[in-house]
Amino acid sequence: MAATWNDVSEGMAVPELKKNCSTQQLVQWAAGSGDFYQIHYDKDFAIGTGLPGLIVHGALKNAFLGQLVHDWVGNNGRIKSYGCSYRGMDYPTEDIICKGVVKRKYEENGEKLADLEIWTENPKGQKTTPGTATVRFN
Amino acid sequence: MTQAPATPLITDEMRAEIGKESQPWTCEVDKTAIRMFARSVGHTDPIYYDEAAAKAAGYRGIPCPPGYLGTPVFNPATSDSTFGGRRGASPGPQPSRPLKRVLNGGTEMELFEDVCAGDELTATSHLAEIEERTGSIGEMLISTNKTVYKNQHGKVVAISTGTGIRY
Repeated sequence: MAATWNDVSEGMAVPELKKNCSTQQLVQWAAGSGDFYQIHYDKDFAIGTGLPGLIVHGALKNAFLGQLVHDWVGNNGRIKSYGCSYRGMDYPTEDIICKGVVKRKYEENGEKLADLEIWTENPKGQKTTPGTATVRFN
Repeated sequence: MTQAPATPLITDEMRAEIGKESQPWTCEVDKTAIRMFARSVGHTDPIYYDEAAAKAAGYRGIPCPPGYLGTPVFNPATSDSTFGGRRGASPGPQPSRPLKRVLNGGTEMELFEDVCAGDELTATSHLAEIEERTGSIGEMLISTNKTVYKNQHGKVVAISTGTGIRY
């Protein structure tokens, strides 16, 4: 169930969203986003550029974090802003766990807002894509 | 910190680029493209697939999922076949010493209005900031680009900020 303003408290965790990209998903993302860079679906090409193999698109991880926040707030509000930094590579068939925690709950200019820390975690527990989001509740 | 090099990487010509607005480009927002995007991310909320569900949830039509702001209209004569954006755009003034590699540092998105299927956005971008730093990977040039998206009514609906790192 989507969170409501009354549910939100500082320190609360956003329900995790677990992803694990097949190469099929990376091809779907290439079509969906319009980014057909071959390092994401052509292994020989990726290795030729010096990478260990295929890597997950940074923008796809950004979109996963967007889904994490959207699924949390549902239609009880809107994402006002969100973003992330690309700190580490993620690979197909490895878990990408999207997580978040509420850092601040406040009202400003008549808006009910929550600031979140969001990130993706790889199987080693490293935060490969740290970011933040602000959600406006109805 | 290592000792600062004598000559800055950033030239006056590069600084003069800050704030210069690009030519506009059009991003089309349609149902089929939104569904493809949502499907590729793995969204399960029906608002991204079903118009009736979107309207029941208070949207004008199927909304853009986070990270999607329409598709730049493809033109085989001028678009890049790999990334879809404009190709052959001038790389602009270059740093005082050549930098070979590029990293995508991150993306931030501010969303002011719902963007829904049927909307047509006009985007322009500009270099907002440029700085140089020395880090673990050596000399780095960090560029911040802002892209402003207006809808068909001329209203700013989103601003995205991208950070690029050259080293």
